[in-house]
Parts: sequence; structure tokens; C-alpha cells
Amino acid sequence: MKTFGGPVLFLDRSDINTDEIIPAKYLTEITKEDLKPYILEDLKLPGFDPKGTKTRNAKVIVSRGNFGCGSSREHAPWVFEVNGITAVVAESFARIFRQNMFNCGMAAIELPKADVDLLISHSGDDDATMSIDIEAGSLTMSGGGKQKTFSFEISPFDKALVLSGGWVDYADQKY
Amino acid sequence: MGKTTAEKIFDAHLVNEPFPGTKVLRLDAVLCHEITTPIAIDDLIRRGKDRVFDPTKIKAVIDHVTPSKDTKTATQARILREWARRNDIKDFFDIGANGVCHALFPERGFIRPGYTVIMGDSHTCTHGAFGAFAAGIGTTDLEVGILKGVCAFRQPKTIKFNVTGTLSKGVYAKDVILHIIGKIGVNGATDRVMEFHGSVVDAMTMESRMTLCNMAIEAGGTSGICQPDMTTVDYLWPFIQGEFASKEAALADYSQWRADADADYDQTVEIDVTTLEPTITFGYKPDQVKTVSELAGTRLDQIYIGSCTNGRLEDLRIAAQILKGRKIASNVRCILSPATPKIQQEAMREGLLDIFMEAGFCVTNPTCGACLGMSNGVLAEGEVCAATTNRNFSGRMGKGGMVHLMSPATAAASAIEGVIADPRNYLN
Ligand code: SF4
Repeated sequence: MKTFGGPVLFLDRSDINTDEIIPAKYLTEITKEDLKPYILEDLKLPGFDPKGTKTRNAKVIVSRGNFGCGSSREHAPWVFEVNGITAVVAESFARIFRQNMFNCGMAAIELPKADVDLLISHSGDDDATMSIDIEAGSLTMSGGGKQKTFSFEISPFDKALVLSGGWVDYADQKY
Repeated sequence: MGKTTAEKIFDAHLVNEPFPGTKVLRLDAVLCHEITTPIAIDDLIRRGKDRVFDPTKIKAVIDHVTPSKDTKTATQARILREWARRNDIKDFFDIGANGVCHALFPERGFIRPGYTVIMGDSHTCTHGAFGAFAAGIGTTDLEVGILKGVCAFRQPKTIKFNVTGTLSKGVYAKDVILHIIGKIGVNGATDRVMEFHGSVVDAMTMESRMTLCNMAIEAGGTSGICQPDMTTVDYLWPFIQGEFASKEAALADYSQWRADADADYDQTVEIDVTTLEPTITFGYKPDQVKTVSELAGTRLDQIYIGSCTNGRLEDLRIAAQILKGRKIASNVRCILSPATPKIQQEAMREGLLDIFMEAGFCVTNPTCGACLGMSNGVLAEGEVCAATTNRNFSGRMGKGGMVHLMSPATAAASAIEGVIADPRNYLN
């Protein structure tokens, strides 16, 4: 099955919206690959560089509440996907973004604020990495010589989507 | 225990519950536009599934960038156009007949009480004004909707908003919804339906109810919903008169979708609008709101009246009433985008377009245009726009630009003064 994990990009702010993830002016691109250079282009956060190596190497994003609010554009998960980021861990998600992630076979994982605080305490560690086991519902954060495992829950439906590779094939067989 | 409107609609449309908590619903309308649909079409073709579940239930429009501005947007339009032809989708709206999706589709009578509606567009919540469950979804959900006519949802809980009191002069549905979002926050209704009740909503036109429901998503809401009543029936009557013997019969039928008096709500929020002032956003999130008194005098470069929130005839009338016989300030440029061709034509017949143009507005064709910074009024870095749209995210109308959301009345008064201004000074 699909595995999730790798270097982590920390975006320590709530309400990161889809316009910040991928600005509307790029919605005219017809392929997902074309979106690649524009990831998080309009996001302004102290110390964050959309073109920096941290962004380029990331496989997982850790963020705060209401992540992915705003537009329904699936371009938001896609721009992550083509940049190799297939999981986002946050305190909470906007509904459409969360479902788009699972529909694409990617993971949107919610953890309580206290856990996210612990994850974000690694934001200074250059070697911060995470591994995520969807079946087991657990993720392990390591960095700066420390390691800790957290458990999470995703709905059985979302799990089925991740494990079967997305909603289109699933729905075409069943409905 | 009674049921909310969304619960009734879920029960009536349930196909199955493949996993606990996930409900697959049969869809009554799948709406499409040229930004999010072409990728779904492309993917369906690649999967060898270029079909639609029912061409009569699919409605499509080119609205975001129209007429096309470059090769890429022309290609998106072409993909949608050719797909509609190939799949025999009769309700397809191209240049000359196109307008902003959430204004055009209701105007055509496509949305009815009790319907399930999806679209690859977050402001699909607008259609809940008719007592429908209408939700924005992403491209994959849209793809499945097009192919199979179903969509999976976690059953949302419902928050009841009881809107009472009296709206004072210069205060409209837009001010009410901005106030509500300011009160509950940008994720105050995440995974929730916002059901609007109360004497103020009962007295609203369908246009105002659409403005109210349009911004449910800005509080994270899955759908806004108003209760179907005689106002709903009157609006839909030209389209439904063949189906019902009388308006009363239509009302009796549609009333089945009204929430039960003993429905179980997640929360009830009481909103008394009596002291509400014209309300405006000041930051980059729609819950950052202040009153016009606090923001009057704020610098502006552009005024934009239009969009699926406030580009309807009622909005144009309100703005025109303020602009009549006046000129826009010399430091601002002003754009009006009527939301549909019908609105534009009626505004022309009523002389409203003359009022706008004599005041100094540029009147564009119906389109989303500047609302999402794709065409027709993109801001330069550092510029500020007073807009009747629904989203003030940083860069929404152009990189480095800022947007203040407000009612058409406040936008019109601001056009005259060239800074944020109080519409009440222009209304008798
Ligand atoms: S007018 Fe603006 S908010 Fe409405 S559908 Fe168009 S782009 Fe979206």
C-alpha cells in the first residue's frame, strides 16, 4: 500500500486558504504538472520561502486550524501531490479540502492542538521527518534526537479511498 | 424528534451508507463551469469513461473568464463546450447567454426545494436559498457526480440562525451575513449546514436569500439553507406552473422540506439586526469585520459591483439609487459586472446602466471577472478595492491587492466619495 512520510514542512498559522496554496490565476493550467512551480506562492509567513529547499524537499505539511479553507479547487491537493507532498497534518480542515485530499488518495489527518504543538516544536530541527501508517492510524515524528508516536482517526470511508486509490474507481464499481 | 431541512433531504436521497457516517446521495443537479470541470472531463476521457449519468441533470456555463482572455482560457472553454455537445447537455451557456453560475442557474429555474446540488465551486451553497442542499465539492467528486449522479457526504449537523428585528435603512442581507461570519468565525460552521430562519429572512427576496446563503462557505458551512415559502414559489412559478395546479399546491408540496419545529440543532444562534450597521471586512479573512462608521475614510483605488454574491438586479437597483445624478470620485475607477445577461438587459431597460455609466462606471459583460482576479479588473500590487464579492483573501483580486467586502449600497457610496463611505448619507 501507499506509504506516507518524509521531511516535514511546518506552516504555523491557522486558516491557510486555497488562494495561498495555489493562486486563482494558475487555475487555467490544464495539467497537474504545470501547477508545480506555484506551490504556496502567495503564502506570507515569517521564515517561509515557497521556493526554498524546505518546501522542495517536503513530503508532509504540518499546520494549524481550518487548513485549506476557501475555494473548492482540487488544484490545492494537486499542487501538493506534484511536489511530492501527500499528507497534511493539522488541527482541523475545511471540509472540501479534506475530502479532496482523500478523493485523490492522499491523507488529511487531524490531531488535537496539544499534539500539533508537539509536532511544531520540531520546526527548528533540520532533520524533522514523519512517517505515517494509515492502516494503523499512527504517525511518528522524529527530529533533533527525539521521537514520538501519535495516534489519529480517519473515517472508514476516507481510509477506503486512500487504500483503493481514490473515489472515481470506487464509485464506478459500486454505483 | 423532528428533522432539519438537510436531514429530510439526506433521507430522501440516500442511496446507501457504505461506511458508518458516510452517506451516498442521489443528485438532482450537477453544475459545471470551465475552471474546475475540464480537468474532470480530461480524467474521464483518460479512464475511458467519457459519459454522463443524465444529460438533463447536468448544467454547464462558461463564466469565470469570458470572453476568453488567452489561449489557455480559450482551451478550457473549448473543452467544456465540446464535452457539452458530445454528451447532449442542452443546458449549456456560452457567450451571449452566459453569466455567473450561481446567479444564472437559479434564474433559469434549475434549483428547486428539496434538491441535492453539487458543483466544483465553493459558493454552490448559494442554491440552498431555495431550500435545497447545495454543496461545493472538488474535481474528483464532480467527476463521480457527472459519471454516476451520486456524491458522498458526512451528514452535516445544522446550526439554526434565527434572524429577527428590523433592518435599518442602508442595511441589507450582505451586512447580515458579514455580521454573522464575524460573530462565528471563518470555521464557525465547518461541517455544518447554516439554516436561516426568522422574520428578517422570511421578509427577504430570493435574491437577498441567495446573498445570505452565498457566504455560508466563508464560515466553513457546507450549505446555507432557507426555508421554502411563498416567496420561493413566486420566484419559481414561471418554471413550475405546469407541475402544480396552483401556487398554494406548490407551497404545500415544497413545505415538506421545511425543518420541523422540534428539529434537533447543533446550536441555535440568535441574531437581532435592529442595531446592525452597514458592515465591511477590513483584513484578509471574511470574519474580520467592522462597521462603516469605523472604516469610513479608508483609501480605495477601485470599486467592483458584481459577482454571485451581489450582482443581481436588486443589487444594481440599490446601487443605482445612490449613484443617480452623481459622479464617482476622480481617484477611483469603478466596474459593474451584472451577473447574467437577463439582469444586464433588465438593468438596461430600467435605465440603471445609464445611471452607472453617467456616474463614471465601466459596465462589463456578465462574468466572474475581477472577483477572483482572473480578468476584468485585476488589482496592481498595493491597491485596494471595495467589492460586493464574497472573498477577501490576500491576493484574491490580484497579487498584493486588498479587498474590502461590503454591500452594493456601501460600494456605491464609496464610489462617490473615493474612500469607504456610509450609504445611509445617500438614502432618504
Ligand atoms: S463570482 Fe466570484 S465567488 Fe462567485 S462563482 Fe464567480 S469567482 Fe466564484
